[in-house]
Amino acid sequence: MFAAVNASRTGPEIELLWWSGCPSWRRTLATLREQVAAAGLDPEAIEVREVSSEGDAAREGFVGSPTIRVNGCDIQPPAGEPAGLTCRVYRLRDGRVSPTPDPDDVRDALAGAVAESAGTR
Amino acid sequence: MSLARDFALGDQAPPLELPDTEGREQSLEGGDDASATVVVWTCNHCPYALAWHDRLVDVARDYADRGVRFLAVNSNDAERYPADSLDAMRGRVAEEDWPFPYLHDSSQDAARAWGAETTPHVFALDSERRLRYEGAPDPDYGDPAHEAIWLREALDHILAGEPPPRPRTEPVGCSIKWKP
Repeated sequence: MFAAVNASRTGPEIELLWWSGCPSWRRTLATLREQVAAAGLDPEAIEVREVSSEGDAAREGFVGSPTIRVNGCDIQPPAGEPAGLTCRVYRLRDGRVSPTPDPDDVRDALAGAVAESAGTR
Repeated sequence: MSLARDFALGDQAPPLELPDTEGREQSLEGGDDASATVVVWTCNHCPYALAWHDRLVDVARDYADRGVRFLAVNSNDAERYPADSLDAMRGRVAEEDWPFPYLHDSSQDAARAWGAETTPHVFALDSERRLRYEGAPDPDYGDPAHEAIWLREALDHILAGEPPPRPRTEPVGCSIKWKP
């Protein structure tokens, strides 16, 4: 019900993967929408997908909720964590632990993808 | 998973008899001289529990000389979440300077009896071990400036012999990881 794939999309592929056992994905989606819009991209093009089983997690390489991928790359690549249904532990830029990624990491990942897209056109 | 439990605000809390990371049995009764007791469900793997941990440690230290006792409990299924195994709990306590014992609820009976829903989930009891506050430490896991204000507010009122003005808030965090 949350999937919103824009077939005519020309910008980077942006995905948010979430699991229902961890409530932080809604706040993360709001942050992601803001950052996508700020980058001049369409927030409606974000693909939001639920990961609901251990099998799905293994297939997706999903190491925790929420996970944001831009052009298939995790915005904070996991450091060897196993795939599974769990809440993801992020480190903010000031060193604090958080259930949500640092908005600046989201912004930088998007900016890098936009720049890469522009460079390859 | 939502649990039906048989105690409510004002009721005496269920028994709590669990081993800590050193193998010592801890119980509510063991704190008979406590002016208040805080029992917090927490764990090693959950980012919410980790984000609030230092604030809870600060509360424990700040209220220790007023006779407030703290107990932390981990009830998660360690088979599926190895970071919450007894060994991992023991390792964390050894690495960090915890001012309260970390109890292992391997059967998950305590979590069921208390109706613990998330990590963290805070319960504050008065000197007669009656429930006076439960919920989150403060309004936002992401803002350390809140300093566990809801818990501090509850403790200040409990210690003054008054009912907390905000006896219940929504616990926020990772769900308790129940065994299949």
